[in-house]
Amino acid sequence: MLAYLVRRIVGMLLLLFLLSITVFFLFSLLPGDPARLTCGKSCSPQIVEANRHRLGLDEPALTQYTKFVAGLFVGRTYSADSPDPIECSAPCLGYSFTRREQVLSLIARAAPVTFWLAIGAFLLWLTVGISLGIFAALRRGRWPDRVVMGISMVGYSLPSFFIGLVLIFFVIIKWGFLPFPSYVSPFENPVQFFQTMLLPWITLATLNAAFYMRLTRNQVLEVFGEDYVRTARAKGLPERRVVVKHALRAGLTPIVTAAGLDLAYLLGGAIISENIFSLPGLGSLAIGSVIQADLPVITGITLVTATLIIVMNLVVDMLYAVVDPRVRVG
Amino acid sequence: MIPVSAPVERPFLTVDDLAVAFPTEDGLVRAVDGVSLSVEKGRTLAIVGESGSGKSVTAQAIMGLVDKKAAQVSGEIWLDGQELIGLPQDEMQALMGSEIAMIFQDPMSSLHPFYRIGDQIVEAIRAHRSVGRAAARQEVLEMLRHVGIPAPERRIDAYPHQLSGGMRQRVMIAMALINSPALLIADEPTTALDVTVQAQILELIQRLQGEFGTTVILITHDLGIVADVADEVAVMYGGRIVELASAAELYTQPEMPYTLGLLSSVPRMDQKLPERLDPIRGNPPSPISLPKGCVFEPRCNYSDRTGGASQTTRPELLESRPDHFVRCHLPAEERQRISKEVLRVLDGGAP
Repeated sequence: MLAYLVRRIVGMLLLLFLLSITVFFLFSLLPGDPARLTCGKSCSPQIVEANRHRLGLDEPALTQYTKFVAGLFVGRTYSADSPDPIECSAPCLGYSFTRREQVLSLIARAAPVTFWLAIGAFLLWLTVGISLGIFAALRRGRWPDRVVMGISMVGYSLPSFFIGLVLIFFVIIKWGFLPFPSYVSPFENPVQFFQTMLLPWITLATLNAAFYMRLTRNQVLEVFGEDYVRTARAKGLPERRVVVKHALRAGLTPIVTAAGLDLAYLLGGAIISENIFSLPGLGSLAIGSVIQADLPVITGITLVTATLIIVMNLVVDMLYAVVDPRVRVG
Repeated sequence: MIPVSAPVERPFLTVDDLAVAFPTEDGLVRAVDGVSLSVEKGRTLAIVGESGSGKSVTAQAIMGLVDKKAAQVSGEIWLDGQELIGLPQDEMQALMGSEIAMIFQDPMSSLHPFYRIGDQIVEAIRAHRSVGRAAARQEVLEMLRHVGIPAPERRIDAYPHQLSGGMRQRVMIAMALINSPALLIADEPTTALDVTVQAQILELIQRLQGEFGTTVILITHDLGIVADVADEVAVMYGGRIVELASAAELYTQPEMPYTLGLLSSVPRMDQKLPERLDPIRGNPPSPISLPKGCVFEPRCNYSDRTGGASQTTRPELLESRPDHFVRCHLPAEERQRISKEVLRVLDGGAP
């Protein structure tokens, strides 16, 4: 098990390295001059050149990359030779000249918002999706099954911006059930936090809940056909125990995998939901940076998100080994 | 005068006119259609037939594993004076795994992959008896040793995938017998195993049957293994019993052409056959659209000798000799003549 873990972590680091190269060079190939974007319309060529030098954009791409990687581990100083150098302490993910702030602190500020959004939606869609999925499977072919599958189909077909806008219009504007969203930390004002997050959670969870209803139903039905479920019945176990201990235990295991990866994906930012509800999370930061062509931030968010997904992948595989003895290695 | 309430003396297990039908989109699948049979206590009945003959569904109906929401079940099953089909679910559950137990074809897929084998057997004990964990575990160890698992104190905590096929089937047998059931149903218990292991498993079942006095129903498609194990044999085809006789009689004086076909399909190592194996031509009929007359008619080599009756009417299961029942339109003398001929060829004699 330990050897396997070490092997996986080494592979993970290698993957991250390749990923950083790809992301870095991909973005440096983009059309447009980042130096030109650092100042407004009345920018003179002298200022542009000066900024290019300050950003280190006048150096060859490879040098830029090595400086970037070095910055991650030991930090770096932008425009060290100028009168006002910018310190970026390790781990330095870059510096946004548009926002005049370190990329890492931008991400650190946005990440908790996205984290709470993703976790809440995750719990919501898992609870709703899995319980309705099991409910439908246990009543296969009868009307409760059809109703759940109908709900799933509708949830699947509605784009999240539409759900978000409809919810805002009715729940907030027309009926006034909730105040306008304004994000606060849950530790600061739990009531306002929940009032703000409730609709984004629903918006974000709908699609996945619909998907998990279907996934769970099919998984459970498939497992009901397994021989070991028949064995459990043949032992004379009560139906409840057959379902919960024998069928669901096996049927829900693959859902762990899917759920872990879906969560990782969301942790990278839910662009649409965050924007509709003006939540200052990673999704909003990403889309804002794209509009302003703020390359260092985009690079930083991409790397952080990708790292999250790779790490979650490993976590999910580990979890799977805990749940399913057949996967245990070594 | 016999009083009306006098208990009827029935054999230990009696199946009377059992029918199981599954409604599907294509029509009603009559998997079992009017099966009647009986087994005395401690004896072994083999039910033989091809895939789709209804043998497994018959077994599952006796075991209470046919989902009554998905299937129409009718007829009566009497076990030790108790009727099973009309029994409420909870009373049936109390019998399943304690009075009636079952072993299945594929021990790999029949054991739960996520649980240790010891825990799976302990669960079977505690479903029916209030035994403490430690005592149950001790009992499991004892039973594992009894079914021939070496070093059971090490294997008891193994997962199914860590055992070989033969070991897994031994575990299944241990689990089935842990509550000393009166009736053991073995549904193709050797089909998924290596040939060398098959004989061991059959021997084990026989030995344990002797020790526990268990009544056994052995479901198989392999007439080759039946001869050594069974007391009686029921041959099933198209959801019906087509021939029912003692094992000794069935091998020496088979009468139904389908049984003859099955016997001709068993490869024999001790004989050099004059010709190649003579399998039954064609495929089993679709259970949705069974032939109007004898269900075996389209595949029968001798149906032209029935004077057309086999195409129009279903034959009844009739007693041809004492305790030997046959479902066939052919006249008895004709059947016996054909039978002698076929057996002579099988024994290497000239046709």
